[in-house]
Amino acid sequence: MNIAIDTRQRNVLGSSALRPDGGAKVRGEFSFSSDMWAENMLWGATLRSPHPHARIVSVDISRALTIAGVSCVITAEDVPGKATYGLIESDQPVFARDVVRYMGEPIAAVAADHPETCRMALAAIDVVYEILPPLSDPEKCLDPATPPIHESGNVFRHQRIVRGDATVTGDIVVEGTYDIGMQDQAFLGLEAALAIPGPDRLSVELHIATQWLHEDRRQIAACLALPEEAVTLVLGGVGGAFGAREDISLQVHCCLLALRTGRPIKMQYSREESFFGHVHRHPARIWMRHHADRDGTIRKIEARMVFDGGAYTSTSPAVLINGITHTQGPYRCDNAVVDGYAVRTNNPPCGAMRGFGVVQACFAHEGQMDKLAEACGVDHVTIRLRNAMRHGDLLITGQPMDSVAPVERCIRETAAIPLPPDMPDEPHLLTLPGGAGRTADRRHIRRGVGWGVSMKNLMYSEGFDDFATARCSLKDGVASIKFATAEVGQGFVTLATQIATTLLGVDDVVLERMDTTIGSAGSTSASRQTWMSGGAVDGACRHVREMLFQDVGARAGIDPIRLAIVDTDVVDTMGDFRISVADATAGKDFHYTFEHHHRPTEDLDENGQGNCHVAFAFVAHRAVVDVDVDLGLVKVVQIATAQDVGRVLNPLSAIGQIEGGIAQGLGLAVMEEIITDNGVVRNPSFTDYLLPTALDAPDVVAVMIEEPEPMAPLGAKGIGEPPCVSVTPAIVAAIRAATGKDLDRVPVRPQDICC
Amino acid sequence: MSEQLIYQLRVNGKIREVRDAWVGESLLYVLRERLGLPGTKGACEQGECGSCTVFMDGAAVCSCLVMAASAGDADIVTIEQLSEGGLTDVQEAFVNTGGVQCGFCTPGLIMAVHHLLEHTPDPSDEEIKESISGNLCRCTGYGRIFEAVRETIRTRGGNA
Repeated sequence: MNIAIDTRQRNVLGSSALRPDGGAKVRGEFSFSSDMWAENMLWGATLRSPHPHARIVSVDISRALTIAGVSCVITAEDVPGKATYGLIESDQPVFARDVVRYMGEPIAAVAADHPETCRMALAAIDVVYEILPPLSDPEKCLDPATPPIHESGNVFRHQRIVRGDATVTGDIVVEGTYDIGMQDQAFLGLEAALAIPGPDRLSVELHIATQWLHEDRRQIAACLALPEEAVTLVLGGVGGAFGAREDISLQVHCCLLALRTGRPIKMQYSREESFFGHVHRHPARIWMRHHADRDGTIRKIEARMVFDGGAYTSTSPAVLINGITHTQGPYRCDNAVVDGYAVRTNNPPCGAMRGFGVVQACFAHEGQMDKLAEACGVDHVTIRLRNAMRHGDLLITGQPMDSVAPVERCIRETAAIPLPPDMPDEPHLLTLPGGAGRTADRRHIRRGVGWGVSMKNLMYSEGFDDFATARCSLKDGVASIKFATAEVGQGFVTLATQIATTLLGVDDVVLERMDTTIGSAGSTSASRQTWMSGGAVDGACRHVREMLFQDVGARAGIDPIRLAIVDTDVVDTMGDFRISVADATAGKDFHYTFEHHHRPTEDLDENGQGNCHVAFAFVAHRAVVDVDVDLGLVKVVQIATAQDVGRVLNPLSAIGQIEGGIAQGLGLAVMEEIITDNGVVRNPSFTDYLLPTALDAPDVVAVMIEEPEPMAPLGAKGIGEPPCVSVTPAIVAAIRAATGKDLDRVPVRPQDICC
Repeated sequence: MSEQLIYQLRVNGKIREVRDAWVGESLLYVLRERLGLPGTKGACEQGECGSCTVFMDGAAVCSCLVMAASAGDADIVTIEQLSEGGLTDVQEAFVNTGGVQCGFCTPGLIMAVHHLLEHTPDPSDEEIKESISGNLCRCTGYGRIFEAVRETIRTRGGNA
């Protein structure tokens, strides 16, 4: 779509300020973590289990150690500290010791002079496995009669929500069971790191592409048996994340090899290893039953959700809570009975991915809304408007909806976007389903339109004191901003510059290195950094501005309360005094470190009641698809969307998040799935795991709804996740409309359409 | 490792000697790890993602699929060469229209777009899409990248 680009002279908030790292990135000069290099460096690599479930009988590294160029081989025996790590529960082994619980679980790591030497060394490690039958069916793993995969059992978490009157029934009852496949984040920049050991091997500096430097450091230091101060993390250039870099992957291995060899170690996963080296989006099966009045007003929702968490905990407990607390979607509902399980299996571990549990719930509740519309004889827009949540409604957790909640506006403004023109009689072959394959036949193509609307929580939940830290210093007309916020591509670096420019009246803003020498910024996830780290930079800059006003006021004999920043000057709002910020800060150094905390949240009680979330954002999507019903091929023609963004801080960044999220949701709808066969991953490559290409990209027409959020420091809600939440059900609904098929799983495959 | 050899490559107009190399190294690996040219990125190692696009005798190729030792006769151009005299119009457009987010796919896409516009100065939307469909981008959803291509065409006097 075309967007109005606001190119003001200065990079203030609201302008389409350009990325400060844009020039380096287009020149190929931006240093990604995979581009790093050190004198005397060795390469590291990981040996992984080919079996999803096996007992390790023996590991013999002696042959590998004889290969010229191999410096060391390490196994579970060589982990000096904690043998496990994990974001919520520390249950994932650094190296498997006695048993492997998923295909790809690390067994050993090597350091050698060349990646090819590493590969030869890995092949020379002799592991004897006693293969065990994998437990890959979550329902079976839930059965108490099934032996536990891990000593802490097969249920990561069970939580129910019971609200209102469970005996209520509706005149209209619709139900369905929905399946969501395992999606991969598939960032382009593969996992990579450079670990540099300190003198005496008592400290280490790790340059790493991650989402959360401080949390990584906490887990790494424990495994290394080093104090956290001895472990410094520096953000290596990050080539996308989408949740996959929230868990530890190669961090501990890389540091262990560096400390063992005393030499810098570079590790870099291949694409195949990347599929095994990070967590994925949880596959889920969700049953829902909606009770409604004859006009479609929802009276009660019943649901059961089972999330397959794979072999280790990762963030499964939090994903589950997000799933069940979004059962209702953006619709009012007073009565609910929801039962949710996150289950351990011998499938690949699953954790964070953009949308975090809400994607799964949304696919189910939007399928239900369409069934409800049809059962009530109303259209798909009417049913959603009739139930649209409003500010002040109570959620099924009992939490009041006190975020700005323009659900009705999202739906109406999406509906007002013109539909695309009909397919011409002689369309360009590339616009047909099948794209470059040119296999579709115009006569077999049917068009469908579908809807998806969603609610997405922002920030972390359930009592977690989530905060972000930033330091601002202002000196000689230059603002320096320091934070540990992981820039993963989303553009926080642009926003930080805009905040400082706006508040301090400076055009020279220096962003310091992102590392652990300042307090935590929390994770770049949960649509939280604009709110949290934006709040921290905003707070730090405001304090510095106040120091500047105090200083200027004292020198000029003006009450500081009368001073303001206008463009690049400090001005007296009640007089003629004016001085440039550059002159006012000459020879001075004002600095302040600020921590932004959001309001506290609560745990859920045994009935799933509690104010567990901080805030919410909403979005509507309308999809138009062309389907070749004979071949089962789908072309997404247009996505219309209106998103509740609070306030647009940078139109160019915002449209980038919206279009990018839509493409990922399209991927889940019609092409992306990690296929597992009894725990064995069948398609760990970009040849077999398909991602949307330029030819798959739909025309996106977006409206950004600006109703500033009073709770948010900048009035802006996080915008990263909502675009990928409800676009998936909208596309599937459009395919249902085109084909008349039920289609209760994603991704929709050709055989689901034409068989 | 056995089979180590010495050979020459012609990269960005300069003859570069590759010493003590393993014969199986890809052009991508040699450019990045031996010749100090990390601007070319690798993300799939099998020619699916286009991040490693370079020009060989004017053709856009995936350098991960080329054996470096077999490329001695070719004239190789990488992203580093493009911006020697400042940003190209394509690079400017990627920055100005929001075509860059994480930036990992960007060098490969810049190469692909230059290649497209050199051979097809005024492409249709379909031609733009097809020509960059071998370059995966996971961040942008391609919308701003299309805009960057159109912006370049406009600055060159075309009708996009």
